[in-house]
Amino acid sequence: MQVKVRYFAALRERAGKSEDLVEVEPGTTVGGLFVDMFPPSSEGAMPAMFAVNQVYVDADHPLKQSDEVAFIPPLGGG
Amino acid sequence: MFGLTDTVIDLDRVSDAVRRAEAGAVITFEGVTRNHHDGKGVVHLEYEAYSGMAEAEMKAIGARTEAKWPGARVAMVHRIGVVGVGEASVVIAVSAPHRDEAYAASRFAIDALKAKVPVWKKEVYADGSAWKANAEAIDEPST
Repeated sequence: MQVKVRYFAALRERAGKSEDLVEVEPGTTVGGLFVDMFPPSSEGAMPAMFAVNQVYVDADHPLKQSDEVAFIPPLGGG
Repeated sequence: MFGLTDTVIDLDRVSDAVRRAEAGAVITFEGVTRNHHDGKGVVHLEYEAYSGMAEAEMKAIGARTEAKWPGARVAMVHRIGVVGVGEASVVIAVSAPHRDEAYAASRFAIDALKAKVPVWKKEVYADGSAWKANAEAIDEPST
């Protein structure tokens, strides 16, 4: 199945793009997808919150076909 | 009024959105770009938002604030794109029957915004740039 992934801020720069369509296995969790796509590098893994369909979810949230997934880097608003 | 804008925030428009006859206090908070951070000169800030979710989270914070301080009304606008030194990146207006609730609600709303609204800030210096995270992004204020 396919999900849309949105990247922001430092993750957008690291990915070199702002969104992607990604093929995932049924049962994949949002946190699992993050670790697959952004393995810990020499800079260290980036801590992130997760949103699915624009709502915050825990890392163990399972993905569904056509979900909009966002990896949320540490916030800087205000 | 809850939203994002890529132009200068109109303070009066935000505070007028919460003015009403029952409110004896209106507090307008501005978060403003500083010219320095950790000893480095800041040229400007660049803000990026998750459009759609950011507005929804701002509305949710407004609703939580109004539930916690009955009689309070909240409006918030966050700017995105380049924000120059001395300009407001965020404006939060709160009205309440009395000033104690208005001050408390205003503080709650900005702390919650920093913890929950998907917005990111890049500090741009004369010789580089860095994404800056809020301390509140880790310690969410209790509701």
